[in-house]
Amino acid sequence: MPRPGFVLDVDRSTPPTLFWHGEGFRLERLPTGSRVIYPPEPLDALNDPDEAIRRALLEPLDSEPLPALLKPGMKLTIAFDDVSLPLPPMRQPDNRQRVIEAVLDMAAAAGVDDVQLIAALALHRRMTESELRHALGDRIYDAFEPHGLLTQHDAEDPAGMLHLGTTDEGEDVEINKRAAESDLLVYVNINLVAMDGGHKSVATGLASYKSLRHHHNVRTMQHSRSFMDQHRSELHSSNWRMGRHLKAAGVKIFQIETTLNTNTFPDQFAFLQKREWEWKARDRASFLAVSKSLGRTPPRLARRIFHSINAPHEMTSVQAGEVEAVHARTTENVYRQQLVEVSGQTDILTMGLPYICPYNVNSVMNPILVMCTGLGYFFNLYRNNPLVRPGGVLILSHPTPWEFDPVFHPSYIDFFEQVLAETTDPLEIEAKYEESFATDPWYIHLYRTGHAYHGVHPFYMWYWGAHALDHLGGVIIVGGDPAAVRRLGFKPASTMRDALEMATDVVGRDPSITHLHCPPLLMADVSV
Amino acid sequence: MRVRGAFPYGAPTWPGSVPRPPVERRTGVDFETDWARRYPARLARAVFVDQVLRPVVRALVPPHVHGVDRLEALDGPVIFVANHHSHLDTPLLLSALPDRWRHKAVVAAAADYFFDTRLKATLSALVLGALPVERGRASRRPLDQSRALLDDGWSIVIFPEGGRSPDGWGQPFRGGAAFLSVHTGAPVVPVHLDGTGRVLPKGATRPTRDAVHVTFGSPLRPEEGERTNPFAERIEQAVSVLADERATDWWTARRRAATRTTPSLAGPDAGAWRRSWALERGVRKRPVRTWP
Repeated sequence: MPRPGFVLDVDRSTPPTLFWHGEGFRLERLPTGSRVIYPPEPLDALNDPDEAIRRALLEPLDSEPLPALLKPGMKLTIAFDDVSLPLPPMRQPDNRQRVIEAVLDMAAAAGVDDVQLIAALALHRRMTESELRHALGDRIYDAFEPHGLLTQHDAEDPAGMLHLGTTDEGEDVEINKRAAESDLLVYVNINLVAMDGGHKSVATGLASYKSLRHHHNVRTMQHSRSFMDQHRSELHSSNWRMGRHLKAAGVKIFQIETTLNTNTFPDQFAFLQKREWEWKARDRASFLAVSKSLGRTPPRLARRIFHSINAPHEMTSVQAGEVEAVHARTTENVYRQQLVEVSGQTDILTMGLPYICPYNVNSVMNPILVMCTGLGYFFNLYRNNPLVRPGGVLILSHPTPWEFDPVFHPSYIDFFEQVLAETTDPLEIEAKYEESFATDPWYIHLYRTGHAYHGVHPFYMWYWGAHALDHLGGVIIVGGDPAAVRRLGFKPASTMRDALEMATDVVGRDPSITHLHCPPLLMADVSV
Repeated sequence: MRVRGAFPYGAPTWPGSVPRPPVERRTGVDFETDWARRYPARLARAVFVDQVLRPVVRALVPPHVHGVDRLEALDGPVIFVANHHSHLDTPLLLSALPDRWRHKAVVAAAADYFFDTRLKATLSALVLGALPVERGRASRRPLDQSRALLDDGWSIVIFPEGGRSPDGWGQPFRGGAAFLSVHTGAPVVPVHLDGTGRVLPKGATRPTRDAVHVTFGSPLRPEEGERTNPFAERIEQAVSVLADERATDWWTARRRAATRTTPSLAGPDAGAWRRSWALERGVRKRPVRTWP
């Protein structure tokens, strides 16, 4: 029986706490009286995921069974989440492979010939062949890709997008034409966190910049509190309006969502998933061996080693059918795995950031992504109230190198060098610079033909942290490149002790401190 | 094994606010010894006993072994029951056991002494074939294990006094060996060890040279309907007769046994100094250190 998450009160006998630090770790001794939020242990996996998928397709929620929706001569499109999910990439077979093979089996039995697969990558980079093979498996790749039936969404293809009107609030709804014109659109999700899935799958994953700009903006993100809590998220409200508009416009969507447990790292990294005082001799030896050898490994090689890790994630649930009914059940399952009750906010919130976020799979986590991971994702891993009080301080631990991947993140380089050099204010950035980056022909060319994120993507990363920037009194990064940290508008610190001392300038003496212990992922349900 | 040093080099401390889970004991009576009775461990032990233990024992305290002829007719697993004065008793008895039993025998050893750490427990199980038993209480697990071992053809060496003699005199025999015999039908062979208390008494760290004698008695079996306690008394009496036989002669010992006047192993019921006086028979010799 997996143990639930809990909040530890640090006392004198509490051992040092593990912090992620990019491609490495730090052990930090937190002051007595601090709190550490530990995630729940991984839930038990489904005994037979393939059978569970089959049953979900045959007994869907608020929908006819999938075989009843499949007819000869119909146009079927299967869209699936891109490389940003799950993190780290899971061991094969990936959930997408299991689910899509089951869907294709039924489509074959029904005699459906016109089937096309689309990687729903919105404005993300195109997936490489190896990434597609990893997600879908060789059987699917070899059957569809040579015939041009395995495609990647191109939000900048004028002929490939279809404008379906506007929502009641005037939001443009423009999605992939093939998906919009299909008799049935099957969307296959991996719901790693509560933000994923629901109407956001199609309304974001298959949308264009023209459509995305209505919810990927500063105002929306500042009113999404948090975007992990669908009912308090303006991001989701906008997507839900678009999703309902799609339904009204006749786009028939059969949603399939899967959840994973938080079994995130293989045995040699088992210590990452354990509470420090429960580390056995083997865990300590693994930690020492890994951390000491990483300390002597060139960062590029260390990064390659970490990005080669495949998570032993296991499927904990699968549900299919009508989008909203499916997503409600999925969210329950995500919360069942990740939610931890926390009483009261804190003056200082600390967190260690890992080597990976949704947008740097197989590449470096550049400073903008450090900001997005800390102030966007991790800060927003709450329900009801932020973990840190208004005006509090966030302390991140990450090396934050001044380093970018020119293939994946070309527009990030210019954003960092030109935009952040001028201002870090999201509203000013949005007003002055977004349009030019979003419509830059060179970035569009790289997005469409290479493996580059869209020109506007670094802006979205910055907006992702807009709520935190608005809420916090200061951000300190421990162990980061001082120049890069200052460019982000944050303060660098060499040690956690220094950072805590610096934070008292903002929050006063004798502050309350809370640490978000990661990995694995957790979501705090904060009551005040 | 706990490694000293600050975490993560050493073991972590436990936060005060987190309740500790019940510790799963892996030492003491819960130490698993099955591995020590598999062939690789048995082979290693046989080589050690024959090539190391016996030569060392013979060199240090050449044992005089008596009464082996009484075991001629005996076959199958046996419970050897001996008095206990010294750490030397186990190696001495193991090296004196006839070949038939020597390499398929386990020694019941105090769990709190020989199995309190994993290192000691592993060495005890490997080198001596020791089986952990709890002193002063009848635990089900060791009894069940012992019965299973006897059923499997293993002989058991038991020191029923529960520990080494504190003053050179014997202690009352406990009923474990008798219980096992009553419930399995395995014969009990009484054994008297003489002289080990002088060579390496309790509390001594260096042995002295002296003569030691191992006397095997005739096998005993529980009589029809005999219960554990009377049988345990009979076993103790048999060891006392062997002690008397060593102190006097066989005929005298037999006659005293017949008239129930065999001197008790426990010595006179008197004060400490008189017991010591009686043990030494008034002659106190300064031990001469001859080895190493």
